[in-house]
Formats: sequence, structure tokens, C-alpha cells
Amino acid sequence: MRSLTLSYDYTTKTIEVEKGIKIVPGANTIITTLDNISSWGRRSSLWPLTFGLACCAIEMMAAGASHYDLDRFGIIFRATPRHSDVMIVSGTVTKKMAPVVVNIYHQMPEPRYVIAMGSCACSGGVFNTYSTVQGVDEILPVDVYIPGCPPRPEALIEGILKLQEKIKNYSEKNSLLDFHKQKKINHRKK
Amino acid sequence: MNPETTKELLINMGPQHPATHGVLRLILEVEGEQIKKCTPYIGYLHRGIEKLSEDLTYIQALPLTDRLDYLSSLINNVGFCLAVEKLMGIEVPERAKFIRTMMAEMARICSHLLWIATHALDIGAMTVFLYAMRDRERLLELFEMVTGARLTVSYPRIGGVRCDVSNEFLNELYQFTEEFPKKVEEYETLIDRNRVWLKRTKGIGVISAEEAINWGLTGPTLRGSGVYYDVRKIFPYDAYDKVDFEVPIGKNGDIYDRYKCRMLEFRQSVKIIRQCIEKLPEGAILAEEAPEIRLLTSPLKINKDDLQFEIYMEDKKIEDFIKKFTEVYVSVEASRGELGFYIVCDDSPKPYRMRVRAPSFVHAAVLKRLCEGAFIADVIANIGSVDIVLGECDR
Amino acid sequence: MNLIEIGKRIKDKFPEKVLWFRCFREECDITVIKEGIRDILEYLKKTPTLEFDYLIDLTAVDFLGIREPRFDVVYHLMSIKHRHRIRVKAQVSEEDCFIDSVADIWIIADWFERECFDMFGIEFKGHPSLKRILMPEDWEGYPLRKDYPVSSDLGDKEWKAYKELKELSKEWKINES
Repeated sequence: MRSLTLSYDYTTKTIEVEKGIKIVPGANTIITTLDNISSWGRRSSLWPLTFGLACCAIEMMAAGASHYDLDRFGIIFRATPRHSDVMIVSGTVTKKMAPVVVNIYHQMPEPRYVIAMGSCACSGGVFNTYSTVQGVDEILPVDVYIPGCPPRPEALIEGILKLQEKIKNYSEKNSLLDFHKQKKINHRKK
Repeated sequence: MNPETTKELLINMGPQHPATHGVLRLILEVEGEQIKKCTPYIGYLHRGIEKLSEDLTYIQALPLTDRLDYLSSLINNVGFCLAVEKLMGIEVPERAKFIRTMMAEMARICSHLLWIATHALDIGAMTVFLYAMRDRERLLELFEMVTGARLTVSYPRIGGVRCDVSNEFLNELYQFTEEFPKKVEEYETLIDRNRVWLKRTKGIGVISAEEAINWGLTGPTLRGSGVYYDVRKIFPYDAYDKVDFEVPIGKNGDIYDRYKCRMLEFRQSVKIIRQCIEKLPEGAILAEEAPEIRLLTSPLKINKDDLQFEIYMEDKKIEDFIKKFTEVYVSVEASRGELGFYIVCDDSPKPYRMRVRAPSFVHAAVLKRLCEGAFIADVIANIGSVDIVLGECDR
Repeated sequence: MNLIEIGKRIKDKFPEKVLWFRCFREECDITVIKEGIRDILEYLKKTPTLEFDYLIDLTAVDFLGIREPRFDVVYHLMSIKHRHRIRVKAQVSEEDCFIDSVADIWIIADWFERECFDMFGIEFKGHPSLKRILMPEDWEGYPLRKDYPVSSDLGDKEWKAYKELKELSKEWKINES
């Protein structure tokens, strides 16, 4: 955008606010890359899937309620995986439930993220028994682990903020157009 | 309807569903909007708690019981502790009894608040969800003040409680009991005489008293049908025989009566808490014969003086078997119904068999009977009204 | 009614079936042989002074290596009218691992018996549809028996569907690191 150059007009100088983002105060303009905009949009409106399995789901609901508001981060809980970006696995994953979890993960459109909330989702927790999966990362790729039994709502918020940072860092290193180089998660037999 | 052009449809209300309150799966055979057959499938949260408790000592198994009914986890702990105390034959001091009663009623209010939040949210009243969660936060802060944890407290111990309550906590709790009844009235003004609520809950999910007893229902689900059965009154434990409270009973056995039972239980719980605060005696909080926490390898000292038996078969070894394996069944009134613990002890530091009789297991079975002949929208209302928690149902 | 009197009454009515009874901490439990269990439970439910109309719980206990017969099927009954409880235990051996079902006396026994079958492998004759309830339908083994392992790693005896998931997940896991 070309602006009029006046002799004392210093507001048309570009100021670098952050790495990769420049603003032109006089022209009310922000100059940045397409990757930055898309990652800002993605991380500021993460829509999680309501996937509460056990006790941690109650703390997730408490985080979504009015005291520890999650709506201020742009988070709207969706019931269907087709509309959601992130799956917060909260609670123990049992072997009977494992195929269901994987099925739902594949129903989410890319780019998709997984947060393992609680000790049971991170590593099996207290329950090292015949019917539990020792951590959801045995069957799915996890982006953020939140320990606790159950973790406080503040811990969940910190986990979500860390995911937002991760999305930002990923977009700084990789281009938007290189999505075909991202790893393919496949659970189908050949 | 022309039988040649209509067919039955199989709908899967899968384990992941916003209205099933956990991982419950219902397969519905539907004709039009009416349900012909409903089959519940459970087991998606079966964590093997009963098997795991055979591998841990009694005190190590106490935090496992927290995770059964995770909405009111203190009541599960109380049930387990009562069972082991009855097995050992020790007497809990008075102060600990009153503290346990008080905190169990707080846990009951917490659980019912989450029930009304999710039940109303499913039927459509979203404001009640936000209001109820706001009040629940107040109670969780109070729990954290005493026990250190919000949700899964492991506060009762075998023989009493873990640590004493402070005066600050009692003052705040008393203030809560003064403000809370007005909040309950607030929820009622939102839904109690609302036309939509009445249409969706009156006359739906009706079950008669004899059928309810045959199906093994307990708790508010049974009391909505008019049966007077409350473990706190019939088989009293802790300090429930020293406080004065009523048990609300319904008439018709529909969803509205069960809802009303639980709303009236809020007020009764508040009454119990106030009486407990006023009558709280001084004294110890842990019995002297309580098992020490650090000694993990010593067996429980069970007082077997009142063991009487008569044998009618010829076998020399059976008398040793009868004397060695003692067992006990204790039930408490959880927020969902009768939660029972059946413990078989073989004089070793670990339980030989711990069986949890979960009310949600029975209530998940009765969904089949309630949903047949109803509409799809009634299924959601029924699941909310019988109030199942899958952690308890699957163990 | 006193619990010892109830025990004696049952013994008088069914003399060959009762093996022993015991009272401990104001609770009474009666051990019987499994052959006449339906008659005993119906008698307990329908007699006017006993009226145990409520089946609280149905479960089993495994006494492997301690006692022969191996299993004990335990019925907890209660009467709301008379306010008493009783426990009836039926002995089931491992070779003839079956017992009569009471699903037509109390409807809820349906699900309790399915759970007992799932966890212990005891068959209930006359049950409408005896399938697994807590474990997946094609699971092998009976978890609550004493010779079944506790830990999560079952090795070769792992459930087929979960084993496949783990193997398919290995591909992208190797590429990840």
C-alpha cells in the first residue's frame, strides 16, 4: 500500500512490532505474511470437541463455565468432530474405547491437534490394569500434555495457551503451502 | 402408516455424545420418531478398580474409590471407610462423625448442582447451567480450604478424618447455607413452571413403585415413585440419627417428580449442614485403633468376638475357613442411590475382594424400560433424570 | 426378626441344602449348595414375615487354591418393609461352572448376572441373553479370577482390535522422532 509521503510525516514509517509483523500507524495498516494471519486465526479460535470421558471432563466443564471463562480465548465447545480443531482427551481411555477415539480423530478435519488432559490420558494414571490404555499417545499423536488428577481449570487454560504458542511457532518455521509435507496419521490396514 | 413403505431405523447414540453424560452407548430402533427398542451398552470406562484394589492395601485403595462417582467423591470415601471400620470393629469419634456428615452433604449439593446444570442444558435451559456452575465453584473452594483438592478429595480416613476443620471454614460454610436457598429458588423460577419444562417432564418416563423395586432402583429415582427408602433413615450411619431432616417422596414416578425430589433435597442438605455446624462437638478426629498410614505391610486387627456360626456339613477344615474369611456389606446414601461396599477380608493387609454396588449400574439398565415407546427427545430427558455417572457404572 | 432365627427357619424349611450360616457384626450369611437356589430365593421373597423383595447385589468371589468348590455366588437381599438384610451364598465349582438364573424373579438380576459371567465365567442357565457387558464382546479370559493378570500389558493375549491399533500406530510413531 503506498501512502502519501509528506516532509514531516513520520507516521508512514513501518514499525516492526513482532518478528514478521509490521504496522504503519498513519495508514492504519498491518503488514504481515499469509502464514502469520492464518496461524493467528487458527490459534485464536480453537474449537474443541466435547470429549469428556471421566473425572477430568468435570474440570473441563468448570473451565468452560463462567468462573474460569474459556470463551474469552475464542473457545466454543462443539459436539461434532466435523466442526472442531482440537480434541481434549480428558479421562481414562480404555481398550474398549480406543477404536472409538481413533475413529473420531480421523473425523476431524486437518489441521487438528490433541491435548491429553489428566494423568490417565497422559500415561494411564493410577490405573495400570488389564483394560486401560497407558496414555492416549499409544494410539494418537499428542501435542500438549496436562498432568494432574484432575488438573485445575487454570492448568487446562495454561495447556491451551501452550498449544496456541505451538501453533504460532510451527507457522513461523513452516509455510502454509507445505501442508503436504506434514506427517500422515494412518490407522487403516494396507 | 403403510407397512410396505415404512422401515425401522437403527440409530447409534454413540459413546461420544454431548447428552449422554459420559461414555454411554444407546442403540435405538426407531420407527418414525417413536422408539421400538432401546439397548444400552456400557463398559467404555471400565478401569478395573475391583481387580486393582486386590493388589493394594486398604489405605492405598481409598483414593481409588474417589474416582467412582467423581461428582461427589467424598461420599464414596465415607462408604469405604465405614465398611473397613465395621470390619475392624472400631468406633469413630463424635467430632469426626459430624464432620463427615457435614462434608457428605456438601458433596451431595455439589453433585445435584451438576445434575441440574446438565439436565437443564440437555432440555434446553442454558442459563441454569451457568448459574449452577457458579454456585458449585463456591463449594469447591470450600472443599479446597479443608482438603486441598477440588474434585477428588481423599479426606476421610479409616477411623475418622484426615485433618481438622478451622473456624474460618465453618464461618464461610454457615454463610453459604444462608445464601444458598435463595439461589435454589432462582433456579426454580427459571424452570419450575415453564411450559416447555412441564411438557417435557410431566408424565414422561413413568415407572410404578412395584416395578421400581423389582428393577432395583434406589435414591431419588426410586423416591420419585413413592417408595420411602433412604439409607440414612433406614440403616443410619455417621451422625444422621442425631440430626433432623426429611426425605422428600414423589407420587407419579415421572421425570418431574424425580426432579422435584432432588430440588427438595437441596434444602434438606442445607438444613443438615446447619445442624452439624451448630452441634459440632470437641474431641479427637481419628480413632485410637485406626490403622497407621505408614505401616503398609501389617494386617488389619479385626475383632472377631461376635462371630457366631453353625455348621451343618462334615468337613474339618471349614471351621478355619469360616474364622479366617470375614466379610461385611455397608451401604451409604450416595447422591444417586445406594452405594454399597462388600469387602471380603482374609487377615492380610490387602482386601481379598472388594465389590462396589453402584447405583448407576442399575439405573443404566432401567433406561431400556423407560425409553421404550417414548420419543427420541424423551430419551435425553430420561438419561438426565436417572442421573447416571459412568465412572460408577463401569468401575 | 432376629437374624439367627431367620437362618434357623431357612434351615428347617430346606434341611439338605443349607451348609452353614454365620452371624458377624449383625449381618447374617447363609451358604447353600447351588442346586436349590431358586427355591430358596423365591421362598425368601414371598414369605409374608420375611418379604425380601429387593435384590441389592449379585456377585461372586473366587477362592482359587483355598477351597474347593472354587466360586461363591453371593446374593444380597433386603426387605424395605421389615428393614432387614441377608446374604445368601451358593457354592459353584470350576468343573460345573453354572447355576440357575434368577432373572425372572428380579428383573435387575439380568445385568448383574451378565457382569458375573463377564468377570468370572460362571454360566447362568435360563438367562435371556448371556453376553459380556463390561469388556468388549470378543474379549478372551475372565478378568476377576485370581489367575488373571492385573497389569495393562497382556502380551500375546491382548485384545485383537487394540493390538492392531497399536501396530498401525507404530508406523507414524517411528517417523515422528
